[in-house]
Amino acid sequence: MTEVKVRPFECWDDFKKYRMEYYKNYLEAKEKGGIRWAGSAWAFDAVPAGLGEDVYPLTGEPYGATCAFFRDFSYRALEAIERKGAARDLCGYMRNYWGSIAMNKYLLADGTEVEPFPKPDFNFTIHICCTHAKWYHYAAELEGGVPTYAVDISVGPGYLLDDKKIEYVVRQLEDAITWMEKVTGREYDDELLIKAVENEAKSMTLWAKICKLNQATPAPMEEKSMFSFYVLTLLKRSDEKVVKLYEKLYKEVESRVKRGIGALTYEQFRFVTDNPPPWPFLKVYRYLEQTYGAVSVGSIYTFGLGGAWKCMDEKGEKWVWEPAPTPEEAGFEIHDRRSALWWTAMFNLKYRASWQHEYSHWIRKLETYQMIKDWKADAIIMHLNRGCELWNMSTLEVRDYLVKQGVPVATYEGNMADPREFDEARTFNVIDSFMQSLGVEKLA
Amino acid sequence: MGENVENLPEIRQFKEWFEKRHEYAKKWKEKTGGKVVGYFCTYVPEEILYAAGILPVRILGSHEPESITRPYLHDMYCPFCHDTLAQGLQGRYNYLDGVTIAQSCLHMRQSYFSFADRVENIEWSYYLPFPHGVNNPYAADYAKHEFEKFKAAVEEWTGTTISDKDLEEAIQVYNKNRELMMKVFEFRKADDPKITGLHAMYMVVSSQVVDKAEHNEVLESLVEKLPEVESDREVGTRFMLIGSEDYDEELFKLIEYGMDYPATFVFEENCTGSRYFWGTVENGDDKLMALARRYVYRVPCPAKDWARGDFFGRRRFQFIERVIKDWNVEAVIIAQMKFCDPHELDIPSLRDMLDKMGVPHLHLELDLTQPVGQFRTRVEALIESMGEEDLYI
Ligand code: SF4
Ligand code: SF4
Repeated sequence: MTEVKVRPFECWDDFKKYRMEYYKNYLEAKEKGGIRWAGSAWAFDAVPAGLGEDVYPLTGEPYGATCAFFRDFSYRALEAIERKGAARDLCGYMRNYWGSIAMNKYLLADGTEVEPFPKPDFNFTIHICCTHAKWYHYAAELEGGVPTYAVDISVGPGYLLDDKKIEYVVRQLEDAITWMEKVTGREYDDELLIKAVENEAKSMTLWAKICKLNQATPAPMEEKSMFSFYVLTLLKRSDEKVVKLYEKLYKEVESRVKRGIGALTYEQFRFVTDNPPPWPFLKVYRYLEQTYGAVSVGSIYTFGLGGAWKCMDEKGEKWVWEPAPTPEEAGFEIHDRRSALWWTAMFNLKYRASWQHEYSHWIRKLETYQMIKDWKADAIIMHLNRGCELWNMSTLEVRDYLVKQGVPVATYEGNMADPREFDEARTFNVIDSFMQSLGVEKLA
Repeated sequence: MGENVENLPEIRQFKEWFEKRHEYAKKWKEKTGGKVVGYFCTYVPEEILYAAGILPVRILGSHEPESITRPYLHDMYCPFCHDTLAQGLQGRYNYLDGVTIAQSCLHMRQSYFSFADRVENIEWSYYLPFPHGVNNPYAADYAKHEFEKFKAAVEEWTGTTISDKDLEEAIQVYNKNRELMMKVFEFRKADDPKITGLHAMYMVVSSQVVDKAEHNEVLESLVEKLPEVESDREVGTRFMLIGSEDYDEELFKLIEYGMDYPATFVFEENCTGSRYFWGTVENGDDKLMALARRYVYRVPCPAKDWARGDFFGRRRFQFIERVIKDWNVEAVIIAQMKFCDPHELDIPSLRDMLDKMGVPHLHLELDLTQPVGQFRTRVEALIESMGEEDLYI
């Protein structure tokens, strides 16, 4: 087995620092006269950016994952919201978020608990799964009334996009701006919007380009590190600082590929995953790495959640894992509010990979199969994640399809954000039996 | 002396259609040579299918335990979506020529995808994007755009042209059906509501699986007879049912016929009840726009009922509030399908609203089959507690 050179990421601390500051900035926004808003990580975050340079978001899914990561906090948050009647099978991220409000405790990225939970000036979200808009309805009620606006984006897959569908979203975004001006009392700045929309496209395509570099052998990144990198596309992708960080990361990963620097010292097995991971139990990944030299080279989750990809071809027959074009690359000039909103609507609807497979399990089958091929994975390990009904749609159909294509598949049960729903010993057993069945030896 | 509702031939006809829905569709096909399309969500504009000479039938389950769907649907998905797929996999819908869905909750979508792929006889399937945000002002315009494409796809598949006249005729048949069922529901405002929830369920669900023109004839006759009907059962507590696909006879029989305390459902706010038929298509020159408006502005399913800009504006809640007052509802049973996210997401706020209104409520979680004994104890306890409160007034 060839030994591979391994190095820590030079920009690791920069990403870490950004994330630390992100939660802190949100907390302290009011002290500096700034604006706080909360919403889904999929919300059109470039739109509130036009309210000023002191606008700070709190995106719910990464916040929910952070809560889940700190198990003790999560136990208390989940129980707090269950006492208010929330069902245990609802979205795990949302229950942590609601529970955090119910306890009136806010969690910083390093696990520090702060009181009270900082109330946003407004909620601004999208709606694609059954949860998103209602998440913020109830959060608003729990917080004693917060103006809430949700944008319906469920117009079907990108390859069937047409002007009317884009227009439907653009009109809602135009109204959102008028509404934001009303609820904040601020005048909206279109120049800031234009800049933010351009930054959003850059961040999302850059992340896609970085993911593509992981097709190399040895893989320069393992998925656990990618979790710390991809999250910036979900925190504030329209921020210029995020663009700069991704530019830096791109250069570093490119150089790692050139120099043959890998993620693991011994890479004897490559696999992909599909769902959000069980955040409180990321050691599953370490176990695979250390015991088997098995590297997760990515997933439709880490690549697709915040990455911009070409997605299905025009005929809807093949999935294309190629980064999407930025406005500049597409020759599209963003010069005013309308063109900015048109671009951000089109760009997200067409190129956000994770929005595509909500409309057909065939899309998800082709998407996953193509990833396995392009990233030269030996297998897929699927998390049957009880914490998210959207990411769970089609998983078993995909499993069936991949098995028929001859791809080795392992599945384990869990919950991305409820530490009570994970059986560690059983999961390790599943992994051991799977590896044995494929003849993958444990590292000496 | 009026007639007992149980003996009315119309109610017996609804029951027979409900129970023998597959036989009905097969015979209809033999008789007409037409196509039958199964639909997975009540947001499908059935009028477009009907105008093309197609019989639209709602795909329903059978409330029998099964395990055939486990390889395809996650067990955290609701029992209804498992049940519907199970029927297809077991060959009970082998007379369908096509299936369609108007964008619904995720669970139903998954059932639809698997059904469309795995049930062999299906030659046509159509996923109809439909706004999720029905409370935003652009939803109807967008829905119309999708209905245009849906209509074109139906025309291409059937080789027919759907004229405005065809659409108008279909709208008339469907509107008549809605108006008649609303009339029946009006009778239930009275001290003697004439029919029970069980009868109403037979009526509404049968309307989802038979030719509406035929259904209208029976409905007309029922509406004529209802004023003369006298019930020999005690009305007892006036319940409202709030839920999703509640067509399990056991549930109605238990609450209305099987308890020590008398009780009657006077209104069902669910998609096998009022949500299906409430609100007609308001005529206009643009037929597809008129249709789009009806489906967008109908009483929304919880999957689609979220406001924009004003989170207090959930239309379904406003409808529920009105019904409670107008139908003199004394208590509410929230019958929620296990694992149903759209309903679960509304329940904390719904309970708050009912508490504020002072309306007692009980939350039952439905599965494929129901724990009847446990439900009985809980409903009886609710009625008892309401009685206790009365003593202090
Ligand atoms: S259910 Fe899944 S897709 Fe929906 S909000 Fe939760 S994590 Fe996101
Ligand atoms: S019960 Fe809920 S989850 Fe199931 S099909 Fe109905 S709305 Fe969807």
